[in-house]
Amino acid sequence: MSNLINVYQQRPAAAHAESPLFHAGLEQLAGKGSARAGVTVREKKLLGHLTLRGDAKDPAFAGGVHKALGLELPVALTLVAAGDTSLQWLAPDEWLLIVPSGSEFAVEQKLREALEGQHISIVNVSGGQTLLELTGPKVREVLMKSTSYDVHPSNFPAGKAVGTHFAKSQLVIRHTAEDTWELLIRRSFSDYFWLWLQDASAEFGLAIKA
Amino acid sequence: MLHIFCPHCGELRSEEEFHAKGQAHIPRPLDPTACTDAEWGEYLFFRDNPRGIHHELWVHSAGCRKYFNATRHTVTYEILETYKIGEKPSVTAAGTAEKKASDQGVTA
Repeated sequence: MSNLINVYQQRPAAAHAESPLFHAGLEQLAGKGSARAGVTVREKKLLGHLTLRGDAKDPAFAGGVHKALGLELPVALTLVAAGDTSLQWLAPDEWLLIVPSGSEFAVEQKLREALEGQHISIVNVSGGQTLLELTGPKVREVLMKSTSYDVHPSNFPAGKAVGTHFAKSQLVIRHTAEDTWELLIRRSFSDYFWLWLQDASAEFGLAIKA
Repeated sequence: MLHIFCPHCGELRSEEEFHAKGQAHIPRPLDPTACTDAEWGEYLFFRDNPRGIHHELWVHSAGCRKYFNATRHTVTYEILETYKIGEKPSVTAAGTAEKKASDQGVTA
């Protein structure tokens, strides 16, 4: 069966889009937080999220992904990035591709073309989740309060990404650079995590970046 | 709190990320319509409840969301090994009984 069926533009240019944290009014809060904030939160909103599934052991699949994205399939618990595009390992046969807002339709078509004829799946999940970027010297302290996973650099170096328990819920923690972490959260949990992060980072000083 | 080794993630993770899913190695009858009611009932409802080594299906629900098998001692709760679906366990009740016997100098 062709992989090129039933794919359409899910983000019409004329439509008004609201991120899962639209109601929090992060734009209005930007710059009003603590001057020497230990934690700075920024929502990387409305990006294109694509879930890619296929057989990692099949060279045709790995080759097709590399051809379409210019990124190698990451191995377990890691992510690779080039510019604003990142590819993350979620499971042995599942990856999360995050691309700049608006480009997900083109990228999906390109991937489907490169993987034509293979047993694969690409699902646009952009509307279902969002990314929160946490930067600052105290981010690790906030993570330590929230999750039982060991976030020490010896266990959690930059470039690693794990799905785990966080604040009695679940999310994916991505360590993208030193002192820069990303939380991949479900849309329906975004308000809960936002409240949790405000509370957890209050003692270190919280600032918002638009 | 236990740490359980996820064979897919390749590292020890906290117990709360996992869920137990019952006995492992239960093959579905290849031709269900050819089964007698007794055979089908056995497959659907009847499970072992050993005192000692038990092979179980677990899922890493908060991590990679994949199933794997674990060999667990039902008395001590010690998880002796974890292995991927389709692989054979290296620790078995028969194997440990044999070892125990040879440790005690009994030859089979």
